Amino acid sequence: MNRREFNKAAAAVGAAAAFSPLNVLAQQQKLKVGVILPLTGYLGQIGQSCKKGSDIAPGVIKEMLGVDIELMTADFETNVDTARTRAERLIQEGANVLVGPFDSGAAAAIAQVAEQRGVPFVINIAAAPQITEQGYKFVFRNFQTAGDIVRNGLDLIGDLFRATNVAPRTAVFMHVNDTFGQAMSKGINAVLPRRTQLPFKLVDTISYDPAAKDLTVEVSKAKASKADFLLLVCRLNDAILLKREMVKQRWNPMGIISPGSPGMYEEQYYKALGKLSEYAISNVPWYNPAAKLTKVVEKAFLKANPKDRLEFHGLNAGFTFEALLIAADAFKRARSTDSKVLADAIRQTNITEKMTLGGPIKFNAKGQVEGIGSACVQNRNLLPTVVLPASAATAKPVFPFPDYKQA
Amino acid sequence: MPAELVANVIVAGVLTGLVYGLMALGLSVIFGVVRVVNFAHGEMMTIAMYATTVLFAAWGLDPFLCILPAAAAFFAFGYLMQAGLINPFITRPEHSQFMLLVAVAIIMVNGLLMMFGPSARNVQLDYQLESFELGAILVDKARLYAALAALAAAAVLFLFFRFSKTGKAIRACADNHLGALVVGLNVKHLYALTFGLGSVCVAIAGCAMVLLVDVTPALGPAYTLLAFVIVIVGGMGSMGGALLGGVLIGVSEAMAGLFIAPSAKSMFSFGLLILVLLFRPQGLLGKKA
Repeated sequence: MNRREFNKAAAAVGAAAAFSPLNVLAQQQKLKVGVILPLTGYLGQIGQSCKKGSDIAPGVIKEMLGVDIELMTADFETNVDTARTRAERLIQEGANVLVGPFDSGAAAAIAQVAEQRGVPFVINIAAAPQITEQGYKFVFRNFQTAGDIVRNGLDLIGDLFRATNVAPRTAVFMHVNDTFGQAMSKGINAVLPRRTQLPFKLVDTISYDPAAKDLTVEVSKAKASKADFLLLVCRLNDAILLKREMVKQRWNPMGIISPGSPGMYEEQYYKALGKLSEYAISNVPWYNPAAKLTKVVEKAFLKANPKDRLEFHGLNAGFTFEALLIAADAFKRARSTDSKVLADAIRQTNITEKMTLGGPIKFNAKGQVEGIGSACVQNRNLLPTVVLPASAATAKPVFPFPDYKQA
Repeated sequence: MPAELVANVIVAGVLTGLVYGLMALGLSVIFGVVRVVNFAHGEMMTIAMYATTVLFAAWGLDPFLCILPAAAAFFAFGYLMQAGLINPFITRPEHSQFMLLVAVAIIMVNGLLMMFGPSARNVQLDYQLESFELGAILVDKARLYAALAALAAAAVLFLFFRFSKTGKAIRACADNHLGALVVGLNVKHLYALTFGLGSVCVAIAGCAMVLLVDVTPALGPAYTLLAFVIVIVGGMGSMGGALLGGVLIGVSEAMAGLFIAPSAKSMFSFGLLILVLLFRPQGLLGKKA
């Protein structure tokens, strides 16, 4: 081989190495994940709860998959515009994947940025159906859509009434008027008339601001409807405010049931209300306490948060952890941080060993995971407790609720 | 619509409005005399609310017992802030004053975030969940006590401005700045006193408000905006106007929530603001410039 031939060969090898996906992995052994959460603002506490899941993910995933993850955490301050700018900034700073944001409005905004910039975005929690109905190629969601949440939530309400032999005739529906709340409201109005086996009808619908500081009027209206029970789609702070107002106004319906919203199973709900938090029911996507992965995550969670309990963060931390697991699993298979290669790998995901209820994590053509399960979670002894389905239950459901004075 | 429902909602609106009014009273007094708009007003009230939660957590002090120490601390804080920070800006253009107080507000919000984090804090007392029953009307105990505290504070402030020598001197400053200087009043000291008194209103409102609302650092800007709306509706610089504005906003929001949609409550108070600006720009009880 003469000098010219040697140079040509060396150049060819160099070029091949430079452009091969293997090299991208070789050059960057870490997957940079931009985690966007509402760490402040009225969703701040729930955002902090999600962060507990992302904080423990790098260690657990390193042990599981041998993949290094570098977290780039950003606070979108419960503000959709801020979510958009944080997503832009994280991409500029080199994030290979975006994860977040526990809010449908913010998820819709981040999805637009991710799609424009061609960076995969794995949604941890956000339910508005339209996010995965836009034909996006880089947006993936491992969470139920509002329609699924409502269908599962209402079915569980039917199961609850059967299990307790109670048939309430009327309900008043209260919901937050943000993107999530409106999507849930549409879902309920579409699905409820078709669930003829459910014995109740809605006598009034009351929407309210999720950042409301006073719910006197809302509760007065709901009380005046004389409904048998309250069907509630809430967030956290408003759920606390609402329960206090119910006590002040001495309104004691048969119960409060969420057909699938956060708030009443959050740690802060128990802390703020104490015994008044008892018996509230949330039919929500939940984690499987018996799953192998749950045990692993719980161990890491307790190590990082010795004074805390996974039960309070199971949904938020569980789905956030799984979003990071999806990204890491794809990175491992793709052996590349190239956006398109990574997005293709995410599309091929098939994770069977998971933490949350339901079938394996597999994305359909729209980037949506189907078959995620829900549980009927009732507050018992200041802990979220699965009471339905019977296969996952650790206690029997109580309905109607006892008077709060006896709680 | 059942009459008892309407009556309950009106009573709640009036009581909440009185606390709003006391908060706005501080803003109105400061503007009426010093002619500086305090853009950190809501943030100052948030600090008072946090102070109350700290005192409650440390010593189990009822918020109404926190009023005295909080008022004293806020008077000193307000006096020093006016004397040390705002007085040099009195003669500067309005946009400089605006930037100064917005900067103070941002520092306050971020300081609270650093100290307390984003989580909501509150005080938990038995009477917060209790109510008086007057026929078909349920009167929330905490709201009633808070409103009474607001009325008492407003009355004391009114009497101070009306009958005390210092109060009269402050009013003289507000009426005729040049005249006050000519007769030898220490205007800068009186300005600082006024800012201190405005801060006392904020402190009392904060102690009362913490019984009704959980406090987060993000509350400040919302209350600043609310105080502006109330003061503009009631009349800038008018003490009675601030209380009237508070009650009007409280009741109109409650009625809008009842008859239209609860999520349209804030829209209604801004609608009221636009009407006042169109037909009585000086506010309901304000004087024409």
